[in-house]
Amino acid sequence: MSSVPTTRQTAGAGAARAAARRSSRKVGGYDRRPGALTYVLLGAAVLIGLGPLYYTLLLGSSDPIAIAQSSLPQLFPDASLFDNFSKVISSDAFDFWKAFGNSLFIALVASATTVLFSTLAGFSFAKLSFKGRRPLLVFVIATMAVPTQLGVIPLYIIMAKIGWIGSLQAVIVPALVTAFGVFWMTQYLEEALPFELIEAARVDGASMFRTFWSIAMPAARPAAAMLALFTFVTQWTNFFWPSIVLNQSNPTLPVAVRLLQANYFVDYSLVMAGVFLITLPLIILFIFAGRQLVAGIMAGAVKG
Amino acid sequence: MSVQSPAPERVAPQGAPRAPRRVGFSQRLSRWDVKLSPYLYISPFFILFAITGLFPLIYTAYVSVHQWSLLGGQGDYIGFQNFTDIFAQPAFWRSLRNTFSIFLLSSVPQVLVAIVIAALLDQNLRAKTFWRMGVLLPYVVAPVAVGLIFGRMFADQSGLINGALGFFGIDPIRWHVDALASHVAIASMVNFRWTGYNALIFLAAMQAVPRELYEAAIIDGAGRVRQFFSITIPQIRATIIFVVLTSTIGGLQIFDEPRVFDEAGRGGSSQQWMTTTLYLYDVGWGTQRNLGRAAAVAWVLFLIVVVIGFVNFAITNRISTSGADRTTTRTRRQRRAAARSSRRSA
Repeated sequence: MSSVPTTRQTAGAGAARAAARRSSRKVGGYDRRPGALTYVLLGAAVLIGLGPLYYTLLLGSSDPIAIAQSSLPQLFPDASLFDNFSKVISSDAFDFWKAFGNSLFIALVASATTVLFSTLAGFSFAKLSFKGRRPLLVFVIATMAVPTQLGVIPLYIIMAKIGWIGSLQAVIVPALVTAFGVFWMTQYLEEALPFELIEAARVDGASMFRTFWSIAMPAARPAAAMLALFTFVTQWTNFFWPSIVLNQSNPTLPVAVRLLQANYFVDYSLVMAGVFLITLPLIILFIFAGRQLVAGIMAGAVKG
Repeated sequence: MSVQSPAPERVAPQGAPRAPRRVGFSQRLSRWDVKLSPYLYISPFFILFAITGLFPLIYTAYVSVHQWSLLGGQGDYIGFQNFTDIFAQPAFWRSLRNTFSIFLLSSVPQVLVAIVIAALLDQNLRAKTFWRMGVLLPYVVAPVAVGLIFGRMFADQSGLINGALGFFGIDPIRWHVDALASHVAIASMVNFRWTGYNALIFLAAMQAVPRELYEAAIIDGAGRVRQFFSITIPQIRATIIFVVLTSTIGGLQIFDEPRVFDEAGRGGSSQQWMTTTLYLYDVGWGTQRNLGRAAAVAWVLFLIVVVIGFVNFAITNRISTSGADRTTTRTRRQRRAAARSSRRSA
C-alpha cells in the first residue's frame, strides 16, 4: 500500500517496456535516440546562428559612445532600439519606405515570373516531346555552372543605352527566370504529373496552354511555392547588381543599408538598427515558411 | 503520350454539319499548337539567358580589347592593352591572392563542419524540424547585413571578438589591418551564412544511404566513426562534389561581404581584403572608371572560375572515389541518385 512498491512497480514496467522496445529494434539500433552531446553540439550551432542577430539588437539599442567604449555595451535590448529604428526610417541618406517598397516589388515580381516561366518550361521539358529536348535541357543545366555575374559590364552598357540605369527594370528583367527554376520544375513535374492526366485533357479537346494552366499548374503547386520562396530570398538579399545599376534616390534595402554605413559610420547603433530592420521581414517569413525552405533544400535545391 | 500522337479527330454529330474549312483550320491550328507550344514554353528562359547571360559574357571579350570609359563610352581598338594594364597593377594580383585565401578559408572548413552537422542531424532526434530550421536561419540574413554585423563583431577597437579574446588574456587582433586576419573575418561571414544550408543538402544525401549498409557494418564490428568514414562519406560523394563546385563558383566571385567590411568599401587601405570582384567594381565604377579594363578583369576571373571548377571536380572526384571502392556495391536506386546529382553538378 505504501508508495514505494508502487513506484518500483512503475519503474519496473517502464524499464521492461523500454527493454522490449530496444530489443525489437534492428541490430545496431540506428534509430535509438542520440545522447546529450548531440543536442549540446546542435544547440551550439543554432546559438552561433542566433548570436550575431542578437548582437545586432544590442548594438541597435545602444549609442555610439557606449559602442566605442565597450565590446558588449549591454546585455539586453531596450526601448532606444525603437528610437533608432525611427531615426533610420526618417534618415536623410535615403527614403526608407521607398527602398522597402522597391525591394518588395522586385522580389514579388521576380518570384511570380520565375515561377510562371519555370513551370511553363518545366512542363515542356518534362512532359512534351519535341526535337532537341534532351540537349536543350542539358544546356539549361550547364548554364547553372556559368558565372554569368561576370557579364556585368556589357549588361551595364546595355542598360545605360536603353536608359534604365537607376530604374527597377534594370534589376527585374535579368531576374525574370532562372536556369535553376527551370531545372527544378522539370524535375518535379517529371514525377508529379502523370501522363494520363495530360492525355485526358487533350482528349477533352483542351489546347496546350489550357492543359498547362488547368493540369500542370495545380500539380506543380508545392514545388512552385518553394521556388517562389527561394527566389524571394535571393532577390531580397541581392546586392552586387542592384548596387551597380541603382542609385541613392531609388535604392533597394541592401543598397540603402550600404548608404547608411557610408553616411552614418560614426553612429554604429543606427547602422545596426538599419541592418536589423532590413533583416526582419525575412526572419518573419522564415518563421512561417522555414519548414518549406528546409524541405526545398533537402529536395535538392541549389544556391540561387 | 497522346501529346505526341495526332490530335483526336472529332466526329461532328450528324445533322449539325460544320463548314469543312473551319474544321480543317482548327485541326491545323491544333497541330501547330502541339508542334510549337513546347518551344514557345521554353523560350522565355532561352531568350532571357541569351540577352542577359550569354551575350554579355561574349561581349565582355569585345569590350576588353577596346578603350572604353564609364562616361565616354567606346573608344579605339587597343588589343590586349587592358590586360597588360591590369596585370601591371599590383592591386590585381593582391585581389587574386585575397580571393583565393578567403575562398580556401571559407569553403574547406564550411564543407567539413556542414558534414559534421549533417551527421548530427541524421539521427533519431527529438524536434527534428526545429533543429533543421535552427541551422538554416542565417541563410535568410542578407550577405550585406552579415558583412555589417561581422564587421562590427570583428572591430579592431572594442569589437566583440577582441573583447572575448581579451577575456582569455589574448592580445587584440587587428582584423581590419592584417591581411590574413581580415580574410579570416570575411570567411567567417561566408561560413556563417552557408554552413547550415549545405548541412541540409548533406543531410538529404545521408538519408538516402541504405540503412542495410550500416547494419552490415555493425555486424562486422565497425564503430560509429568507422561507419562514418567507410559508408557515409563514400555514399554521399556526388553531393560533396556538388557542394564543393557550387561554393567554388560563388566563393571566387565574393563581393558583398568585403564591400561592407569597412565604411570605405574599397578592400582596405592597402587592399588587404580587396577581392577580384571588388577590384572589378573599383576599376569599372570606382576609382578608374574604365569599363575596358574591368572587362579584362571579368574575363580573367571567368577563366579562373571555370578552370578551378574543373580542377575541383577532378580532385573531389578522386578523393571520394578512392573510398567508394571499398564499400559494398551500390543499389540501383543509389546509382541512379548519384548519376542524377552528378548530372546536376555538371
